[in-house]
Amino acid sequence: MANERVILDKKKIEIIVNRLCHQLIENHQDFSNTVLISLLPRGKHIGKIICKKLEKIINKDIVYGELDISFYRDDLRNQLEPIIPHKMNMNLSVDNKNVVIIDDVLYTGRSVRSAIDALMPFGRPNSIELLVFVDRRLKRHLPIQPDYTGKIIDSIDSEKVVVNVEKNNEIKNVLILKSKNE
Amino acid sequence: MNKLSVNHLLGIKYLNRNDIQLIFNTADNFKKIINQPIKKVPSLRDITIANLFFENSTRTKLSFEIAEKRLSADVINFSSGASSVKKGETLLDTVNNILAMKVDMVVMRHPNPGASVFLSQNINANIINAGDGTHEHPTQALLDSYSIREKYGDVESKKVVIVGDILHSRVALSNIYCLKMLGAQVAVCGPLTLMPKYLSELGVKYFSNIKEALNWCDIANVLRIQLERQDVNLFPSLREYSNIYGIDLDLLNSLSNDITIMHPGPINRGVELSSDVADSDHSLILDQVENGVAIRMAVLYLLSNKK
Repeated sequence: MANERVILDKKKIEIIVNRLCHQLIENHQDFSNTVLISLLPRGKHIGKIICKKLEKIINKDIVYGELDISFYRDDLRNQLEPIIPHKMNMNLSVDNKNVVIIDDVLYTGRSVRSAIDALMPFGRPNSIELLVFVDRRLKRHLPIQPDYTGKIIDSIDSEKVVVNVEKNNEIKNVLILKSKNE
Repeated sequence: MNKLSVNHLLGIKYLNRNDIQLIFNTADNFKKIINQPIKKVPSLRDITIANLFFENSTRTKLSFEIAEKRLSADVINFSSGASSVKKGETLLDTVNNILAMKVDMVVMRHPNPGASVFLSQNINANIINAGDGTHEHPTQALLDSYSIREKYGDVESKKVVIVGDILHSRVALSNIYCLKMLGAQVAVCGPLTLMPKYLSELGVKYFSNIKEALNWCDIANVLRIQLERQDVNLFPSLREYSNIYGIDLDLLNSLSNDITIMHPGPINRGVELSSDVADSDHSLILDQVENGVAIRMAVLYLLSNKK
């Protein structure tokens, strides 16, 4: 059994999404040379929400993709079973583009490292930035930091941070799950 | 549906439907990767694979090798022709010697049916059967069904006829198992002398007339006559076989519906297929070759963690 603590509710999430969108607009203006790429499987919900919101604000379509990083992970051999890949949606080129990688939680930084590798077959990007909804900053294994952060959470190893998604792909809340024997 | 039920790919009959769907879904990802400008992923970079070919092969060996290289595995190749097998070494000794060099996976083609099953019981590595005598050729059957799925959306309820030398063909047997597991209707067509005795147990229809068979089916998978596996003459001549069972464009144009032609290769042009059919829009042959790489990447990837 785990006990849970809500750290972000729907209202706060909406405020954060709005802020992230405006920060992105500040740096990318009309997004004419920018692509948003969310990491599968869990980055796609926040990625879609941000993309939709941005399109509404700037009133223009934004190039958006969903990248699977399974084949590029560095822990393939440590798993008992192979990691099953997710269906990618990457009908785009990142050649000379400014790429914003979007994920839900940044923890060790290893997924982002894999994502940068996985991105290279799609071209040579002009720049890569990182947007994460939650930054668990205390357990980084690699020198990777986000450029846009929804919320910084200081949690310990045994805790789990979960971004809860509803059926309609809206984010319901963000929880910290605590193991009971802690 | 997130792991294979087996540790080795010895034959289709050891798999279940979920395994096949998992291989197909994983192959979808690899197919995208092999069509990217950079066709390589680092997934198997710490895995060593031995390709042991005790029998001649061109496309299967190349296809496995390119699949292994695109997964970044280290590859060693072995052909029995230039090896100590000629000096009398047993299969187990040969393989154990190769495994002592710390090999993780073995891809093997062997003229004896059951050779890969025997190997899987005696050595500690993941075995992939690349054809064992007249028994099974599982990756070929998987890529054939995958090509059908790609063209028609699904294999279920499709009518597939396998034409030619069913008796000596491992491709036919693996295809029958695979297609039936995926819900296709399967028939065979060819001279009775080239049909196995256990045909009725496989649950497939038999056509002796090629036109009837082609009129019935959606897809015809045409096989090569394997003269090298025949000790006695099972039909009078290749010319007669070609006259009765060969498929040419006139025959295809006389059918009531449009059908797809598949062939596992190598094609004997002018015997089982005429050149105008092999090179026509009906043919799925080159798609099969491309899909072969994706399927083999998926199989290698999914088995690489199995212990």
